[in-house]
Amino acid sequence: MTDLTCKLLIIGAGPGGYVCAIRAGQLGIDTVIVDPEPPGGTCLNVGCIPSKALIHAAEEFHRVATAAQGPLGITAGAPAIDLARTTGWKDGIVGRLTGGVATLLKRAKVRHVTGRATLRDGKSAVVATADGPLRIEAETIVIATGSAPVEVPSLPFGGSVISSTGALALTEVPRRLAVVGGGYIGLELGTAFAKLGSSVTVVEAAARILPQYDAELTRPVSARLEALGVRVLTGAKAEGLGAAGGLRVWTTDGHDEIAADRVLVTVGRRPVTAGFGLESLDLAMDGPFLRVDERCRTSMRGVYAIGDVTGEPMLAHRAMAQGEMVAGLVAGERLGWDRRAIPSVCFTDPEIVSVGLSPEAARAAGETVEVASFPLAANGRALTTGREDGFVRVVARAGDHLVLGLQAVGAGLSELAAAFALVLENALVLEDVAGTIHAHPTEGEALHEACLRALGRGLHL
Amino acid sequence: MGILSIRLPDIGEGIAEAELVEWLVAEGEVIREDAPMAAVMTDKATVEIPSPATGKVVWLGGAPGRMMAVGAELIRLEVEGPGNMKPAAPDTAPDAAKAATDPPAATKAATKAGPEADTEADSEADAGPGPAAEPRPDAASRAPARETATGKASAGSGRAVPAPRGGSGRPLAAPSVRARAREAGVDLRQLRGTGPAGRITRGDLDEWLAGGAPAPRSAPADGAVEEIPVIGLRRRIAERMAQAKREIPHITIVEEVDMQALEDLRARLNAEAGERLTLLPFLMKAIVRAVQAQPGLNAHYDAEAGVIRRFGAVHAGIATQTPGGLMVPVVRHVEALGLRESAAELARVTAAAREGRATRDELTGSTITVTSLGPLGAIASTPIINRPEVAIVGVNRMAVRPFWTGTAFEPRKMMNLSCSFDHRVIDGWDAAVFVQKLKTLLEAPALIFVDG
Repeated sequence: MTDLTCKLLIIGAGPGGYVCAIRAGQLGIDTVIVDPEPPGGTCLNVGCIPSKALIHAAEEFHRVATAAQGPLGITAGAPAIDLARTTGWKDGIVGRLTGGVATLLKRAKVRHVTGRATLRDGKSAVVATADGPLRIEAETIVIATGSAPVEVPSLPFGGSVISSTGALALTEVPRRLAVVGGGYIGLELGTAFAKLGSSVTVVEAAARILPQYDAELTRPVSARLEALGVRVLTGAKAEGLGAAGGLRVWTTDGHDEIAADRVLVTVGRRPVTAGFGLESLDLAMDGPFLRVDERCRTSMRGVYAIGDVTGEPMLAHRAMAQGEMVAGLVAGERLGWDRRAIPSVCFTDPEIVSVGLSPEAARAAGETVEVASFPLAANGRALTTGREDGFVRVVARAGDHLVLGLQAVGAGLSELAAAFALVLENALVLEDVAGTIHAHPTEGEALHEACLRALGRGLHL
Repeated sequence: MGILSIRLPDIGEGIAEAELVEWLVAEGEVIREDAPMAAVMTDKATVEIPSPATGKVVWLGGAPGRMMAVGAELIRLEVEGPGNMKPAAPDTAPDAAKAATDPPAATKAATKAGPEADTEADSEADAGPGPAAEPRPDAASRAPARETATGKASAGSGRAVPAPRGGSGRPLAAPSVRARAREAGVDLRQLRGTGPAGRITRGDLDEWLAGGAPAPRSAPADGAVEEIPVIGLRRRIAERMAQAKREIPHITIVEEVDMQALEDLRARLNAEAGERLTLLPFLMKAIVRAVQAQPGLNAHYDAEAGVIRRFGAVHAGIATQTPGGLMVPVVRHVEALGLRESAAELARVTAAAREGRATRDELTGSTITVTSLGPLGAIASTPIINRPEVAIVGVNRMAVRPFWTGTAFEPRKMMNLSCSFDHRVIDGWDAAVFVQKLKTLLEAPALIFVDG
């Protein structure tokens, strides 16, 4: 068995792990990062990036397909899609990005070991590499093993039942697609396949789709799904595959079988805490997650954990921020988790972006709030894109106008996440945003106008 | 958009000046109409001055501890509407909110709740949390000043005031400021931000660092020295104590009292319905009885005028620990109150003092004072006379002690009284007679209540 020693060993090369490794390398820490897959984790390989590529392709296809019905005066022949080529293009992007990360790791003098790591104790791990087992000893270990799709017992992955990973690898557009789970992953992919021509049915157990957002925010998404012909069954339970290969569901109307060629199961993600020797460390847990403190330290000295394995929100950018912080901590910097704003973005059509507190959450927290929104229907730029559904909403504290939350729904509005997060993280008040010139004509003006309206000074409505 | 200059209003009681005790707003903060701007103290009363308008604070008229004349400029607000001054800084951010014209500045009662304070031999400590001043909605009307006194002890500087928090409960500051604070070992929760919504700016942190921040909490050896300005109530206490001790030659007599009979009586009374009686009402009634024979003890000595004023009324001062410090609320006309009436009035005035809503009348005019530390009362103490009174009765801790009956030791409930007298006007003999009289009355409590 070959031995390797280092100062910092990172298990998992997803967004949290690789950012931690790059930063650690930059800080001169002797770092090893281990992952059986190419660097980038779920996000780059089978998550954020490939799904956005598919969503984009589907939108392009859909635009051409529906151009003739639109008001723009464009006509085109009936489009066709070679999904294998689309997937090839998408894989190209993924390859460029994972290759880019590998280069960045190398430049930071991080040793990247491909293989599955098994922790032996809080100071060492054995990695099963292609060349045999490799024993790595480290002063500090970072667990960044991420999360995996949750399987429904009655619908095990395999055959026609696919996870999000499987959906992104399809080479043919399924004629009929049943999506179990009306959360953001299911709706993003379900919408994409609907645009590519699939007949899509979404089965959601809760009373409405995207239950983590308020109804006002999800309403434009529901409307768009309806316009795209996506059938949404809420308050419905998936029971398993039917005799005809479709999806058996139970609703208040009774049992039914939805005809489907593929059943996409997207009922959430669970932290990966098994299968890599974590049991031997006996770390304190927080439900299914690893318990960490405000410095991402686990209950064992010298063992950190970052990313999805440490809890909600399971988002790549949170993991990256944690990874960056832990690298600094290992280098002896004085750091601690003090972030105020973690934006969440949902690439449905239209997109949803939310930072900070919703009106209900703010009120539940005991705040007296002023809430104002500005519809995209009154925004010039939105009208010129042909998409006027959606709005920007601000939640501010009534007394001192501190912005407590910003939400938006609208085509392409995920890009407002940057502005929203800046407002929240820097503790700006309504007057700060109102006093900032927002470029015309852009959809960002809706943020400006929402804040003006909250101050009772709206100009364009 | 204009600048509204607000002057220290006439807060009644014929005073010409008041001490600025605390700023309740900071420069740059937006203050709403009727929200308290500043606390000022006159004699014993702390009064919060509410803002007559909604606006942004652009100037503060001095540091806490400063004596301000009535009519002196207190604060300047940037308000919507014309204001009453020429605008100074036109580049400041406009305020939203409903503009307010300027109604006359009105004073508003300070309302404070505070944690426990023990006055009575066996009072239960009511441990309510004592947050900083919160203006009560009911006090927010612009009515004529309801003047109250408070036990507000304030460090005075902005340092004592916690920073406003965001929705997450974290201090409001940009990431760069937070990083610098962390680097410097500063807990931003200790700072008060001057930015909008109380945001902590780079400047605020600079100022804090320049002012010498306290050592980080985790530091193994703490060499920090914290300077707390002695202002407000604490300054008043300091002055009055020093004056009493300097001026009055104290004579203190400590005597032992067998409390068995009184405790038996008290237990029987408490077994009946009604409010539970503590020792103090009995003692107050005993004092009434004792000073009937010795009116010279229930008196004020005005040394300057060279006159002793004996009082028919017995107004019992009750030394009371409040969140802000020692206060002496007064139970008036104990001679005319029954035992339970005395108890009720005692409870009322001490609670008012602790909660900071005692009126000036309830805090002045005592003719003789009782001081008790309850279970903390020690074996003996040397009470300082509440000038210009001439006697103070100190109550020490009650305990079961062996008592020699002449034939055997018996366990009995014993308690000491430590009484101080102004030796300029009270001779040792008279002092001793008074203490003996109290002892006799307390040991045979029936004597307190029978005439003849």
